[in-house]
Amino acid sequence: MFLIHCPYCGEREQSEFKAGGEAHIVRPKQPTELSDDQWAEYLFMRKNIKGVQFERWVHTHGCRKWFNMVRDTSNDEIKAIYKMGEKPPTKYK
Amino acid sequence: MTDNLRVKSSKFIDETYKISFKFNSKTYYGYKGDTLASALLANNIHLVGRSFKYHRPRGIMTAGSEEPNAIVQLHKDTSRTEPNVRATEIEIYEGLEASSQNCWPSVNFDLGGINNFLSPVLPAGFYYKTFMWPASFWEKYEYFIRKSAGLGKSPSEPDPDIYEHKYIHCDVLIIGAGISGIIAAKTSAKNGFKTLLVDEKPYLGGSTIYQNSEHFKINNQISSSWLEKEINEIKKIDNLEIKIRTSVAAFHGYNFLLARESLTDHLPLHQRDEKVRHRLLKIRAKKVISATGSLERPLIFDNNDRPGILLSSAIEKYSNFFGVACGQKNVLFTNNDSAYETAMSLFQKGINIKAIIDNREEVDSKLVKEIEKNNIKVYKGYTVVDTFGYKKINKISIMQLSKDGQKVIGSKISIDCDCLGMSGGWTPAVHLFTQSGGKLRFRDDDQVFIPGIYPSDQISIGSCNGDFTLDEILIGISKKLKDFLDIKKTDYENLEIQSHFNKTKRNIWLLPSNKIIGKTKPFVDYQNDATAKDIKLALREGFRSIEHVKRYTTTGMGTDQGKLGNMHALGIISETAGSKMGELGTTTFRPPYTPLTFGTIVGRNVGEYFDVFRKTPIHDWHVENKAKFENVGQWKRAWFYPRKNEGMHEAVQRESKAARDSAGILDASTLGKIDIQGTDASEFLNRVYTNAWSKLAIGKCRYGLMLNEDGMVYDDGVTTRLDENHYIMTTTTGGAATVLGKLEDYLQTEWPELDVYLTSVTDHYATISVCGPNSKKIISKVIPDIDLSDEKFPHMSFKNTKIGKVKCRVMRISFTGEQSYEINVQANYGRSVWERCMQAGKEFNITPYGTETMHLLRAEKGFIIVGQDTDATMTPIDLQMDWIVSKKKYDFIGKRSLYRSDTIREDRKQLIGLVTENPKEVLEEGAQIVEDASKSPVEMLGHVTSSYYSPNLEKSIALGVVKGGKNMMGQKLIIPMENKQINVTVTDPVFLDKENKRLNA
Repeated sequence: MFLIHCPYCGEREQSEFKAGGEAHIVRPKQPTELSDDQWAEYLFMRKNIKGVQFERWVHTHGCRKWFNMVRDTSNDEIKAIYKMGEKPPTKYK
Repeated sequence: MTDNLRVKSSKFIDETYKISFKFNSKTYYGYKGDTLASALLANNIHLVGRSFKYHRPRGIMTAGSEEPNAIVQLHKDTSRTEPNVRATEIEIYEGLEASSQNCWPSVNFDLGGINNFLSPVLPAGFYYKTFMWPASFWEKYEYFIRKSAGLGKSPSEPDPDIYEHKYIHCDVLIIGAGISGIIAAKTSAKNGFKTLLVDEKPYLGGSTIYQNSEHFKINNQISSSWLEKEINEIKKIDNLEIKIRTSVAAFHGYNFLLARESLTDHLPLHQRDEKVRHRLLKIRAKKVISATGSLERPLIFDNNDRPGILLSSAIEKYSNFFGVACGQKNVLFTNNDSAYETAMSLFQKGINIKAIIDNREEVDSKLVKEIEKNNIKVYKGYTVVDTFGYKKINKISIMQLSKDGQKVIGSKISIDCDCLGMSGGWTPAVHLFTQSGGKLRFRDDDQVFIPGIYPSDQISIGSCNGDFTLDEILIGISKKLKDFLDIKKTDYENLEIQSHFNKTKRNIWLLPSNKIIGKTKPFVDYQNDATAKDIKLALREGFRSIEHVKRYTTTGMGTDQGKLGNMHALGIISETAGSKMGELGTTTFRPPYTPLTFGTIVGRNVGEYFDVFRKTPIHDWHVENKAKFENVGQWKRAWFYPRKNEGMHEAVQRESKAARDSAGILDASTLGKIDIQGTDASEFLNRVYTNAWSKLAIGKCRYGLMLNEDGMVYDDGVTTRLDENHYIMTTTTGGAATVLGKLEDYLQTEWPELDVYLTSVTDHYATISVCGPNSKKIISKVIPDIDLSDEKFPHMSFKNTKIGKVKCRVMRISFTGEQSYEINVQANYGRSVWERCMQAGKEFNITPYGTETMHLLRAEKGFIIVGQDTDATMTPIDLQMDWIVSKKKYDFIGKRSLYRSDTIREDRKQLIGLVTENPKEVLEEGAQIVEDASKSPVEMLGHVTSSYYSPNLEKSIALGVVKGGKNMMGQKLIIPMENKQINVTVTDPVFLDKENKRLNA
């Protein structure tokens, strides 16, 4: 069980959080103008990387705020945490 | 009492404190300080159990937690009896009762022993090969296999003992209190770190504490005396917590560890009452120092499993620590110098050593010379080829090894003995290190895996790091600790160390024999009876991966998880397959390191605390009125209220009828309630619901359907506009938490520009729903100030009002199709308002109804229940609820998905009503629906989702989903059941009051 540094509350145990899948998938502003394939890309396609991955997490049993995390899925090392709306750190791209 | 093997008093054994115990119903005596194993050995008992597959007699092999054979059933009573307890770990106490496992009728005469003679026909993979054919026979085989499988018996009554969990946070955790651990603990604590030292044993000092050899000295003192002083010192340090009898079970990432502290298992039974038995420690350590030591390896030769064959280090411990001689005619068999230490310590106590068999041809260390000087015969370059004695070893035969170690040469020599010690070198206990995610490195020169890459802030020191000898351990330890703890100085900078230990070793994984391998039984995994032969067979049959060989042969799959034999299995695979051990890797070591009781795992979360449940403010009234409850999510909801002799069916029929004929009352407090405020609240609702919300007038209510982005129905409920920028949303009982989470997600991540605030208020209100033709009259008695006329208070509207001085919200909304009022009141007034409604409704025979009646009433009206009639594959169109999907709105969650190629298919499963040909016949929920049962294969068109006997319509009604059902109105379909076929007709899902007359009556 890892420790997560919530950008609002500080360091807490993983059990207080919930993972919310891949980060930086933006909901299309005009869904009606998308083809089935384009919509499916947004709806279903996720990378699921072994290694450094950009993820969304929420502090469910705390402040209930969503934030982003850069995590190495192979060893659970958390490389960076940043708030929603902030730019992802470029060095892990 | 036959205490004849107690050789010399030991300071670890209190001979003034005699303890009686029972083993296989016979009474024996031991002393305080004894383990069950040492006490049995002192009574000259080696035979403790039978092996798993061949039922071979097995004895005590080790003196620690790695024991594969001497596992016993502890306690007699049905609630405390415990299987697979290692005799080498359990400390004896007055009243201990243990018995052998896996044997019938007794360990001395075991009928299952016949498997030993059947072993030629029971090779690796025997079960897989034999019982899979023909497949239909599995059920018959299974009964017999299950009966013969398993070690010991589990308790049949609830566990009466108390367990608990505890969190510990520390700067430095040290696992293992051997010499390395003690040094690390003192250094850490003296430098101000909050330090925790744990060890699985009941004493501190590891194996050094019982070393009396002149060959190992620190600062000119015998190593044990030196260590004893260190231990006395650390006991005085304030910021060092020491926990003995504490076994680390798991080492997770981020230095999170689980340990089991055993608190009462060593006490006499009468001293255990009301005390916590085991405590699960959840440890968060900033730094971890593993000093877990190493395990001696057995040697793999024919019949290496007889009672009386032990690890050489175990023989040494029994003699030095417990003062017990394992035999009177001892032979040691070794490939390294360790056995000579054992020999010296036995010799000094006057215990007879007949011979030492050494694989090595040339050995000339100081230790060996000293042994030879004392006229103990050493056979150099020899190997044991066989052992004899069924229930206890009585003879071995040895032969000379060829130069390359691949063959035996010359003639056999027989040696009589009653105890054989094996020493195959040492395996670092790296289990916890690998659990933590660490990567091992293979050291070729002595064929061991040692810690390579550390995944967290931790180090391994001492023999678990591959530093086996005293000088290896001590020379580097100071620098290691300084680097790791970032400190300037330790007390161990200039130790004077004397260590006479020659490290040469002749490693042969599978020792050669004069017989062909098929005729031998060289055991690799003792508990699971896996031999070198089985491993070779697996390789011949094409298995290569160590994980596959493990599962096929069951090597390493017992309660001991192959702590002794895993390395040999790897070695044999690597030799046979010609691959490098370092490249093969090890099998995965999984937690727990040693087995945990279920009690330890669940702690205090037993009985009513196993799973917490939520009660409504009116719960006690339901209990007092004999309601039966059902679990809905975490809630206990009143299910139905049976009277005198009523069963569920009768109660539900009566309640359903009363609700439509006069008045019913339901506790709806569990419905999720989310308070929504902000200038963009209407816009927000527009985006999350399928229908339009902007034009909803203040004081009005509207039903809404919420979809996932994939277009599937997710939740539903009524939302009320309380004010211009203020709504209250209701959700399903089970969906409350996830709906709130989802709404928050969208607000924070997709639409942060919206000015909307969400608050869960589910627990703040009690919700009482009064329905039926007389509901208006009842509500007017409870709330006289309110104008209930249809003009002033029509269906789907809301009013703020008061009952006495208590503020409440009343909504006229209906889930039953009847005229219905829902009173929402501050939770603590819930029961009194409920009772007022009951009082006011008395003259109208107001009938409390539960969830079952609620379901029946809504099904009559064709209202869906999300999660019952839907299953995350249903769109609103599939539900025939097109009317609720706004065509005008540009976007809402899930809109785009409603016209994906898949969601517009005409033959999707669609919600329909079903009536049976025989109106008395009630369908089973979940039953399959077909068109033509004679076709093969039969095409399943769908299934029944809800089904009831309607007392109001006096017929059976059901809802179901059927492929293309929308266009099948009036069509006849078939429900095939086990013994019959039920004919049904597809109908509209609304069975009652299609015109909604009753709502406005």
